Amino acid sequence: MTKTKIGILGLQGAVREHLQSVIASGAEGVVIKQKEQLDEIDGLILPGGESTTMRRLIDKYDFFDALVAFGKKGKPIFGTCAGLILLAKNIVGSDSAHLQLMDIKVERNAFGRQIASFEADLNVKDVGEGFNAVFIRAPYVVEASDDVDVLATYNGKIVAARQNHYLCSAFHPELTDDHRMASYFVKMVEESKSALATQ
Amino acid sequence: MMTNLGTDRVKRGMAEMQKGGVIMDVVNAEQAKIAEEAGAVAVMALERVPADIRAAGGVARMADPTIVEEVMNAVSIPVMAKARIGHIVEARVLEAMGVDYIDESEVLTPADEVYHINKREYTVPFVCGCRDLGEAARRIGEGSSMLRTKGEPGTGNIVEAVRHMREVQSQIRKLIGMSEDEVMTFAKNLGAPYDVLLDIKKNGRLPVVNFAAGGVATPADAALMMQLGADGVFVGSGIFKSDNPEKFAKAVVEATTHYEDYELIGKLSKGLGNAMKGIEISTLAPENRMQERGW
Repeated sequence: MTKTKIGILGLQGAVREHLQSVIASGAEGVVIKQKEQLDEIDGLILPGGESTTMRRLIDKYDFFDALVAFGKKGKPIFGTCAGLILLAKNIVGSDSAHLQLMDIKVERNAFGRQIASFEADLNVKDVGEGFNAVFIRAPYVVEASDDVDVLATYNGKIVAARQNHYLCSAFHPELTDDHRMASYFVKMVEESKSALATQ
Repeated sequence: MMTNLGTDRVKRGMAEMQKGGVIMDVVNAEQAKIAEEAGAVAVMALERVPADIRAAGGVARMADPTIVEEVMNAVSIPVMAKARIGHIVEARVLEAMGVDYIDESEVLTPADEVYHINKREYTVPFVCGCRDLGEAARRIGEGSSMLRTKGEPGTGNIVEAVRHMREVQSQIRKLIGMSEDEVMTFAKNLGAPYDVLLDIKKNGRLPVVNFAAGGVATPADAALMMQLGADGVFVGSGIFKSDNPEKFAKAVVEATTHYEDYELIGKLSKGLGNAMKGIEISTLAPENRMQERGW
């Protein structure tokens, strides 16, 4: 089997850091700037950045339908911070949402402005204990449907979750040298790759 | 559960999230909304854009908090604001107001000609200007979480930003290629903190992001700075001093994302109307060069 290939949507945000953690986790990483590149990859990371900016650029370059189709094909997607907002079905205080692939309702900048940004050690289910989570103007999940598996909470708020082949975190695992979250996603992608190959 | 606010990681990480993006100067809520709509990753709230500060003369200070508040209420993207170099209280006021980033900026008239703010003491992160690696390392040493070139603000002339970006990049390359034995002397000559240089040498890059600023007037200028190694772009006077700010703002955002797609940049540059008029640097008297402020 060829090496698992994971793309990082490279329109804006912390792209290089995700690329490094994907490579450190043993997969091949590629920065995605054109929608055609989605055909070459087994899984996709939507990085942190500014969700409004990313959405403008997704629309501008006609990425929207291609991203939704990528998810509907069963290929794994991992959204961090702004990426989590892009994945959510509903956003508090907004009539519209973005890709709407995960059955979660999220609140943007839910912990406050930058001065309220923080680091905390979390236990992330199936990923590991004492995970140093970096929250930057972070969102959190307000509501999740029953088949969403909550992986981590902070003060009772959902900050990491998985629903089938979709994974999200409100914090930034790419900003530390702890690659357990990226490795977990790489494993998800490897499993989906073999499952999709036998279909 | 241990929760830590205002750590280096949180402050520098905030700037990491802005990478590949454009930060736009705005003077009111309406401009802030245009910037957000165009895809800006943040806005800089100020009373006057640098070109107007230049024209007005006199002492330029922190913006009226009413304007900063108005902008903060208008958009959901991060809001930055400028404090005078060394003005501890302006910085504390902006922090208390909850702005997301403070620019300790040479665009304003310095409050202290000897000391910059000790930025480690703050929960809010700072961005500072630099012309070379020595200045970059000094600001990092003081706790700046983000850098930008100084360029020459309010001129619409990219030449100084290019000079500063090239200088920083070239000195980083020199440092990386150096034997460790040589670093202390390099630090002495640059007036740079030794430990900051060692860290840059070890990692092969600056520990914080470095944006371009000071003279970006067209989409091609923004793409040029990205190609020279900028992590993103600040556009001050360029956008709202152009004929069609909405179109202009969108074009700069796109050119920054796809800075190597020349066909696209060509397309984006069509029919934008006049960019800001611009000033040839040699016509600026030395005392009017903002980049000489701070050290």
